Amino acid sequence: MKLWLVTIRLALRSLRRNPLRSGLTSLGVIVGVGAVISMVSLGQGARAALQEQIASVGTNMVMIFPGTTTTGGARAGWGSGKRLTVGDARAIERQIEGLHGVSYHRRDVAQVQAGGANWTTTIWGVPPGYSRVREWPVAAGEFISQTQNDTAAKVAVLGTSVAAQLFGEGVDPVGATIRIKDVPFQVIGLLTSKGQSAYGQDQDDAVFIPFTTAERKVLGTQNLGTVDMIQVSMASQNDEPWVVEQLTDLLRQRRRIQPGQDDDFGIRTMSEMAETADTMARVMSNLLLAIASISLLVGGIGIMNILLVSVTERTREIGIRMAVGAKARHILAQFLCEAVTLSAAGGIAGIAIGIGVSHVISRVSGWPTLVSPLAVVGSFLFSAAVGVFFGFYPARKASRLNPIAALRHD
Amino acid sequence: MVDVPPPRRRIEPPATVSTAVILTRGLTRTYQAGDVAVHALRGVDLRIEAGEYVAVMGPSGCGKSTLMNTLGCLDSPTGGVYELLGRDVSRLTPDELATVRNRTLGFVFQDFNLLPRTSAIENVELPLLYSSVPPAEQRPRARAALARVGLAGREASTPTQLSGGQQQRVAIARALVTEPALLLADEPTGNLDSQTSIEILALLREQHARGLTIVMVTHDDEVGAQAERLLLMRDGTVVEDRRQRPRSGAPA
Ligand SMILES: Nc1ncnc2c1ncn2[C@@H]1O[C@H](COP(=O)(O)OP(=O)(O)OP(=O)(O)O)[C@@H](O)[C@H]1O
Ligand SMILES: [Mg+2]
Repeated sequence: MKLWLVTIRLALRSLRRNPLRSGLTSLGVIVGVGAVISMVSLGQGARAALQEQIASVGTNMVMIFPGTTTTGGARAGWGSGKRLTVGDARAIERQIEGLHGVSYHRRDVAQVQAGGANWTTTIWGVPPGYSRVREWPVAAGEFISQTQNDTAAKVAVLGTSVAAQLFGEGVDPVGATIRIKDVPFQVIGLLTSKGQSAYGQDQDDAVFIPFTTAERKVLGTQNLGTVDMIQVSMASQNDEPWVVEQLTDLLRQRRRIQPGQDDDFGIRTMSEMAETADTMARVMSNLLLAIASISLLVGGIGIMNILLVSVTERTREIGIRMAVGAKARHILAQFLCEAVTLSAAGGIAGIAIGIGVSHVISRVSGWPTLVSPLAVVGSFLFSAAVGVFFGFYPARKASRLNPIAALRHD
Repeated sequence: MVDVPPPRRRIEPPATVSTAVILTRGLTRTYQAGDVAVHALRGVDLRIEAGEYVAVMGPSGCGKSTLMNTLGCLDSPTGGVYELLGRDVSRLTPDELATVRNRTLGFVFQDFNLLPRTSAIENVELPLLYSSVPPAEQRPRARAALARVGLAGREASTPTQLSGGQQQRVAIARALVTEPALLLADEPTGNLDSQTSIEILALLREQHARGLTIVMVTHDDEVGAQAERLLLMRDGTVVEDRRQRPRSGAPA
């Protein structure tokens, strides 16, 4: 107990005697720990944001995209092929059992006006089931009804951001009139807030109108009856493989795809996307962590190097200490303590710098970061361990010196 | 109830009945320098009583430092017996030797061997750090030891801020701070001018007058002549043991 107190005092004293060298020695660990903390924060932040976004879409969701076309070996992106139709959605609803709901949409960007205010936002043409499928209820008023869709009624449901832009924060817009591309719409509902997506996109910056109204009065009558995407929500996630198989069969049949030919549509399940995103984020984190760990290792070697030099330089000091009664373990403890003090101080500085850097990154680039307490505690302990590991060899070397040989050293 | 036999008591052999601080028999020390063996000590028989002041002289390379280092437990003998205060220390472990150096011995070197860039008080305190002296007592004891060698007020000075004589005083204070039974000094005035040497020798005599046993190596005939007892060494052995004056501490 007392020995450790004395040893820590000794270590601090000898480190203070050479502040520049001590600082430079710790620099490797500072950079290493700083890198670990900021990289892990970045990875964790990305993962948390992805998970949140995926949860906000709903994990029971299956999305169907129009497919790709292959022209001369060059595959175009999703949506370049034959479009999906409302008929496809209806057929899915009719023929596949165990679904919670089927929805689809067409969307476009347009300007919306109310009184003197105007705002450019995304207009979504959706069927009545959309709210249920996306698990996105209204906060006030009602969502689009079947009748309103059937009659192409000029009604609109607003996302909270749009409502705030047009009517002011906290004002209930239900009953008001807005104009979309100069067509007057009556506001019948206000959605609850869904927040930002992982890519910083505001999901509440949206206006929903009946699908039929959208195709006939707002988005243009070309491609009538076609949709951008079909969304299916399953009653249970366990049904996923079965549902995907059914969907594939049905769509291949409706789109007359010959056996052996590739699908010209894509089916993505949210759980699959969540998994992919999570795996990617984890691979990313681990990669960053590996790079950061290497710099920590290099930092440790730096400490060992300086301590070895220091042992040689201070051989006489060691001899003097032994001559007045220091035992091998006192010398060992002193040098070990110096190593751990160097690395732990570097660790603390690195943690502070890492937290600072991750804040700066998220401020400057807008990427979400999440400082994980586990990473903080872990990298502190690891840096202390680096000190013990890399300090042990020089310390033992010092403690094994013969007092008279050490005294004669010059 | 079962009768439990009483634990057998270990009977310690009685310690050597002797007032000798140092007792050596056939002490040898052989250095291996490459292929050649250098016999620095070739069988030294020595008995030094408590309270003696012994000077060791001899030509360069005759083994004076080797003897001092062995007596000071800085080095282990190759052969022979060394009893310090009646205890055989020739076969102790390194840790046990460290304890002996810390508790029983004080060593003064020719080149002072102070910790550089370290204040006088911290240098003097050094042996106490490794002792069982309570931390709160260490500073006052170091301060008292510095005062004892006439350096009160220079506690904060580092070696470079002190003259050679003052540095040697700090080294003597460091040797005295643990109240050792024996002070070993290997040419303590070897690096000092004559006036300063006189002062340092006076300081050592003062400590001797207070009852400290001192063994000192010197090259100075005058200094040797003043000692109560003079050991002359040649080629690793003591060739002459001359008692020049009655022991100051001994009954007439
Ligand atoms: N570490 C060593 N390795 C090999 N030989 C040594 C070693 N130390 C001392 N010697 C040899 O042992 C002999 C005695 O040396 P020592 O230092 O004891 O002499 P000394 O009487 O103190 O001489 P001086 O008066 O010059 O200090 C010398 O021949 C020396 O060369
Ligand atoms: Mg010598």
